[in-house]
Order: sequence, then structure tokens, then C-alpha cells
Amino acid sequence: METFTSQISILEMSYILASVLFVLGLKKLSHPATARNGNLWAAGGMLLAIVFTILFHKKDGAHIGNIPWILAALLIGTVVGWLAAKKVKMTAMPQMVSLFNGMGGACAALISLMEFPHIPEELIAHHGMLNGETFTIMMGLMIGSVSFSGSMIALGKLDDKIGDVKTKLMRYFNLAFLLLLVAMIVFILLMPVKPDMIWIYLFAALALIYGITFVLPIGGADMPVVISLLNSFTGVAAAFGGFLYDNQVMLTGGILVGSSGTILTILMCKAMNRSLLNVIIGAFGGSAAGAAYDGDKTVKEISLSDAAVLLSYSQKVLIVPGYGLAVAQAQHLCHELDDLLTSKGVEVKYGIHPVAGRMPGHMNVLLAEADVPYEKLTEMEDANNEMNNTDVVIVVGANDVVNPAAEDDPASPIYGMPVIKAWEARNVIVMKRSMAKGYAAIENNLFFHPKNRMLFGDAKASMQKLIAEIKNL
Amino acid sequence: MEEALRFFYNNRELIFIIILSIFLGIEVISHVPAVLHTPLMSGANAIHGVVIIGAIIVMGHADNILAMVLGFIAVVLGTLNVVGGFVVTDRMLEMFKKKKTKN
Repeated sequence: METFTSQISILEMSYILASVLFVLGLKKLSHPATARNGNLWAAGGMLLAIVFTILFHKKDGAHIGNIPWILAALLIGTVVGWLAAKKVKMTAMPQMVSLFNGMGGACAALISLMEFPHIPEELIAHHGMLNGETFTIMMGLMIGSVSFSGSMIALGKLDDKIGDVKTKLMRYFNLAFLLLLVAMIVFILLMPVKPDMIWIYLFAALALIYGITFVLPIGGADMPVVISLLNSFTGVAAAFGGFLYDNQVMLTGGILVGSSGTILTILMCKAMNRSLLNVIIGAFGGSAAGAAYDGDKTVKEISLSDAAVLLSYSQKVLIVPGYGLAVAQAQHLCHELDDLLTSKGVEVKYGIHPVAGRMPGHMNVLLAEADVPYEKLTEMEDANNEMNNTDVVIVVGANDVVNPAAEDDPASPIYGMPVIKAWEARNVIVMKRSMAKGYAAIENNLFFHPKNRMLFGDAKASMQKLIAEIKNL
Repeated sequence: MEEALRFFYNNRELIFIIILSIFLGIEVISHVPAVLHTPLMSGANAIHGVVIIGAIIVMGHADNILAMVLGFIAVVLGTLNVVGGFVVTDRMLEMFKKKKTKN
């Protein structure tokens, strides 16, 4: 602890204020009406903490030096981060969150790498390496590294650039790997003298590899959960940094994200009716399960004019969007179709599955972008309750979230996941590019269902043609 | 054992803050509607960018080339996390706001 000066006191006050802003920001972020303000408040808290740290922070009586370099780094980060965040398409938002999360993890790991040589010699002389400082540095290094490399793999998976590695062996391998990392920390803590840096670099490298092998076997469809989990990891890594520097704002900020991120992760798992453990170790999709598919099933197609007539003379239509809607950027056309049908007296609603898209709430964000009124979005349970009275369900680029296998095929990897029961409506139209499998890579029997007819083609193009067709009626 | 107890005693205030913050974090977001899961995750993502404070402190006391270079990278990465995180979140939430003014 530094001795009292008025500057240190002001710095600590700014930290308290920043922490309060973080808490209020998070609180406001969890209500739709105040969410945007909440984000700004949290950002204000961050700015405050950064400015006052540069101005007033002291370590062993020395002020922050290298200020031109720090400002240059801040400037580069700000410009690049700002541009990247502004330029990214709405569909690629999950990738961006994953990327920025990885950056935070890498930052925490680098701090640990740089602080390791600075563990005070007199501390080691008294206690050997068994001290709080070494422990926090090693934990920050491990969690930060795992969060970084894990986020990068999650990013690749969201982009479909990295496939799933599904072997049972990987599970045991990962468990052994984690034990190895823990053993290394214990080993370093028990050393009487400071080990050579090479061991620390080796440890960091192993932690990076663990991040990769940790995320690789987890199915692509579960990436939202993984990102949320890694997000809370980075929070914990930041908190270890706060412990190291006796820095309260890092501590509160990090722990807040660590705990709220964990709760958020659990909420997401609940939405899929699965446990977190099941997501992490039970590989989703693929494998031999769901092999009940036989080649005899036929798929019926629907022509544009038939679809137009069917929709125009319906009472109730439910649109079920999925990731395909995001890819095709068809949300505006979707709203246009909705307006057109509404003007014809059709009741149009949207059925939103909690994990439709590549992030929870992904569809809500997309449809909000297209100005679809909030009241038209119904949650899964409400949509299912109304299903018997629904004339047509239009599935736009969704697949796994309307798969009946979740209800009736215990062998299916998604068995038990709540889904939108499109097949209970009177008619189903599936808009899809091809018969390709969904993100979870499993067969969807809805496509072969007697009530279902397919409208093949890019969602945007099909939607456009459909709107033109309805207008011509 | 005595080491662990000493560690606890020396850091009792920080440990206090940690425990209370854990409960606060859970409490603050426990009733969030599914619509806001993504923006909330993204906003929380930006908040853990507070790790940048640590990066600034290390960089501010760096005394050799290696530390300077690593510190510089750490500050850039931390800033990316903070700025990118808040801007992305704002973009997501902008859409909710637009709708609000209309109704």
C-alpha cells in the first residue's frame, strides 16, 4: 500500500466511482428500456478509471512513466477497436464479441508474464515461491491464456472455419491436461527459489494449447455458451490482476463479470434444457446417433404461387427465424412480408427460440434492426401454445430449433432440448437453401413431415419473390 | 497452513470485496429477459476490459525493451477489448432504442 497523498486518495475515489458505474451499468443493461444508457455508464466508469490511473497511479513512489507510448497504444487500440466494431455486420456480432473477449484474456496473460520477474526477492527469501503473489500471477496467466486461445477457436467455429473434433479420447486428454497445468502451478509454488522464465513461458504455451483442446470438441452449436463461459473466465483473470496490484476497480470489475457471466452461462444452458457439464464434455451433434434416417422419405416442394395463396388466405402465420435469416440478411424483407400479410388481415407473429442463431437473443436483435415491433415476437412456450390454431409456420433458415427429433428420438443428440413444434400447425413452409444439415449436423425429420413443404433458395431471394407473388394476387 | 492463514489475513479486505462482488454480480443480472442475453454478454465482455488498468500500470513501470514491447501489446489488446466491446454493445442496443421512440 502506498502512503497517503491526496493524489492516491483521489485515485481511490475514482475507482470507487468507476465500480459503482459498472454495477449500475450492468443493472441497467438487464432492462430493455435502460440498456443503452447502462452500456454508456459502464463505458464512462472505464474511461474514468483509465484517465485517473494514468494521472495519479504510483508504484513505490514512482508515477506512471512511458506516457507517450501508453497513449500511442491506447490510440491504436481505440481506432482499430472502434472501426472493427462499427464495420462488422450484424450477423458477425458473435464473432466480434468472441474476438474482443480473447483480446482481454491475452492482455491478462501478458500482464502475468511481465509481473513474474518482479516477484519481490525478499518475499521469496522468506517463504520460497509459496506466496500469494506467485499464485495470483500463475492463475491470471493460466486463465487469461485459456480464454485467449479458446476464444480464437470459438471464433473460427462460428465462422465455420474450424470443424468439430469429436472423440471420447479428447475428454480424457483434456482432463489429464488440466491436471498437468494444476500440477505445474503447485510445482512452481513449492520451489524454494524463482524458477527460470523458460518454465513460465512453457506453462503459458501449455495453457494456450489447453484453451484450444478445451473448445475443439465442443459442438459448433454450443459456441454461444462457450463464449459466455470464456467471458466469465476473462473476468476472473482480470480480478486476479486486481488482486496482484491491490487494485479495487480491477477486482470489482473482474469479479462482477466473472459471477454475472457464470449465471448468464447457466441461464443459456437452461434455455437448451442441458447442464453446463453436458455442454462441455458431451459432444453435441454428429456421432452415430440419429442414424435412423432411411433414404425412402420424400420431400415435397411448394411453388411460389401456392405459397403466396396459402399465406394470403391464412388467419394466423408464425415466422420462425434462424441463423439462415441472418446470413441472408433477410430480416427487412421478413418485416415487409409481415406488413403485407398484416394489411391483408393475417395475424403474423414471430416465434423466437431462445438459442436460435448463434447467440441467445440473436434473432431479437436482428428483427429489432428491421423495426419489427416488440409485441410481435413471441417466446417459444407461447408460440407452442398457439401452434394448434396456427395456419402456416414459415421456417426461415432455422433447422435444429424446429427438429422433432428433440421430442421423439431418444437417440438424437438434441433429444430433450425444447423446440418450436412447427409440425403441430396446419401447414409448414421451410425456406432453405438446400437439404443440408443444420449447425448441430443432424438430420431433421420436419423436412419429410407430411405437413411440410420446402421452398428452396436463398432466404432473401425467396422472400423477395414471395412478396412480389403476394402483391400480384 | 499458517501461510494460508497469513495470506487470508493480509488480504482480508480484498477477499471481502470479492465475496460481496460475487453476490452482487449474481443479483444484478438474475432477472434478465432472453432478449438481452447477447447485449448483456457483450457489455460484460467490455467491462472485463478493466484489465487494461493492469496493462497501463505494467507499461508505466516497464524498464527494459522486452517489458516495453509486451506492455505495449497488452495495452493495445486491452483497449481493443474495452472500446470494441462497448461500441459493439451500443450498436446492438441502438436497435432497441429506435423501436422505443416509435411506440
